[in-house]
Amino acid sequence: MVHVEFTPHLSRFLACPPLDVQGSTVRIALDAVFAERPALKSYLVDDQDRLRKHVALYVNDRPIADRTGLSDGLADGDRLFVFQALSGG
Amino acid sequence: MELHVATRKGLFTVRPDAKEPVSAPSFLGDPVTSVLHDRRDGTLYAALNLGHFGRKLHRSEDGGATWTELASPAFDKKEGEEDGPSVSLIWTLEPGGDDQPGRLWAGTIPGALFRSDDRGDSWQLVQGLWDLPERPNWFGGGYDEPGIHSILVDPRDSTAIVCGISCGGVVASADDGESWRQTGHGFRADYFPPERKDDPSIQDPHRMQACLGQPDTMWCQHHTAVFKSTDHGDNWTELTAARPSAFGFAVAAHPTDPDTAWFVPGIKDERRVPVDGKFVVSRTRDGGRSFDVLDAGLPTEPSFDLVYRHALDIDPSGACLAMGSTTGNLWFSDNGGDDWRLISNFLPPVYQVRFA
Repeated sequence: MVHVEFTPHLSRFLACPPLDVQGSTVRIALDAVFAERPALKSYLVDDQDRLRKHVALYVNDRPIADRTGLSDGLADGDRLFVFQALSGG
Repeated sequence: MELHVATRKGLFTVRPDAKEPVSAPSFLGDPVTSVLHDRRDGTLYAALNLGHFGRKLHRSEDGGATWTELASPAFDKKEGEEDGPSVSLIWTLEPGGDDQPGRLWAGTIPGALFRSDDRGDSWQLVQGLWDLPERPNWFGGGYDEPGIHSILVDPRDSTAIVCGISCGGVVASADDGESWRQTGHGFRADYFPPERKDDPSIQDPHRMQACLGQPDTMWCQHHTAVFKSTDHGDNWTELTAARPSAFGFAVAAHPTDPDTAWFVPGIKDERRVPVDGKFVVSRTRDGGRSFDVLDAGLPTEPSFDLVYRHALDIDPSGACLAMGSTTGNLWFSDNGGDDWRLISNFLPPVYQVRFA
C-alpha cells in the first residue's frame, strides 16, 4: 500500500484525510485516490487529466520526476505527498 | 439596494445605504472571477479561480449565507492530445432568457461558451462556437489565451445571442447557440498590421453592453476606441468624441434610453491608469455625439485606479451605478453618475460589481 497525504490547504475546500491505496506508479495511485474521492480530482488535475501546474507531488522526500506521465514508480510503504507549489499562491 | 462585489480575496455583499455597507466576505482569500445574481429565481452563483487548484463554481440559495460547489464548465478529455484544452478561468456568467428557467451561459478562458439547463449542475460546451472557422485567428488579450467576457441574450428573443471575445471580436447566434457567425464589422485594431486592422476576427472588444429596452443598440469599449452598434452588433461605428481618452475596459448601457451609456477612460495599454492621474467617468446622453466627464465625489488627488471590464454596473432603474477598482475602491451613484459616493477604499482588487 502507498500512504497518501494532502496539504492542509485542501481541507479549506473539501475533507482530505490521509488514505492508503494500491498503486505501482504515481498515476495509478492517484487514479485510486480519485476513484475513492471523485470531488478531489478537479483540484489536482485539469480537464485533460494533466497535473495542475501549481500542485507539487513528492514521493517520500523527492519531487516526482515525470509530471506529465506521472510514471514515477511506487513501492509498498512509500508515502505520496500532495502539496501546493508556492508558485501558485 | 444590494450589490455583489467579486474581488481578488473574496465575494462581498454591499448595501450602499446601510450604516455598515460592506458584509463579511464569502470565500475569504480566494479570487472570485465572476458573480451572478439570477433575478429569475434569486439564486447566486460565484466562479472562483484558486491559485493552485483551478477554477470552481459555487451556488447559493440563501443569498450567500451557504454555498454548494457545482460541476464546473469543462472540456471533454481528448485521448492522445497532449495539448487538449482546459478551462483556466470562468470569466463571465449570464442567465438565459425569462422563458428559459435554469438556463445559464458561461464564458471562459480559453475562448469557449458553455451552457447549463439545470442551474449549473451540469454544463455542455457550445460546440458550434468552438468549431467556428475563424476561431484559430483568436488570441489572448490581457491573458495568455482568448476569452469570452460578454454574453448578451436578446430580451426580445432568448435564442438570439451575441458574445464579445478578447481577442476574437464579436460572434452571434440566431438559433440558441447551435450555429454562429463572426460579426462585429467596423472595429479597428491599431495593434495589427494595416492590411488586417479591419479583420473582425482579431478585434479586442474589451466589453459590450446592450440597451435592454432597445437591444439593437449596443455599446463597446474596444481596445482601440469606443464604438456603438444600432443593428445588434453586426456593424459598429467609432465614437470619436469620447474623452478624456478612447481607452478603457468597462461600459454600462442605460436599460431603457438607447442614447445613454457610461465608460471609465484610462491611458491606453502602455500604462492603464487614469489620464493625468485624474480618475473620472465619461457619459454620453446623445447617442455618442458628445461625452460628459463626471468627477463629483471621485478622487481629487492623483489616482491610479483602473476599473476592469466587469466592474461597472447599472441597476434596472437606470439611476444607480456602482464601480470598483483595481486599487480596491468602490463607488456608488444614485443619480446617473452626476455624483459619486465612496463606499469603501479598503477592498481587495475588484474584478466585478453586480447589482442584485
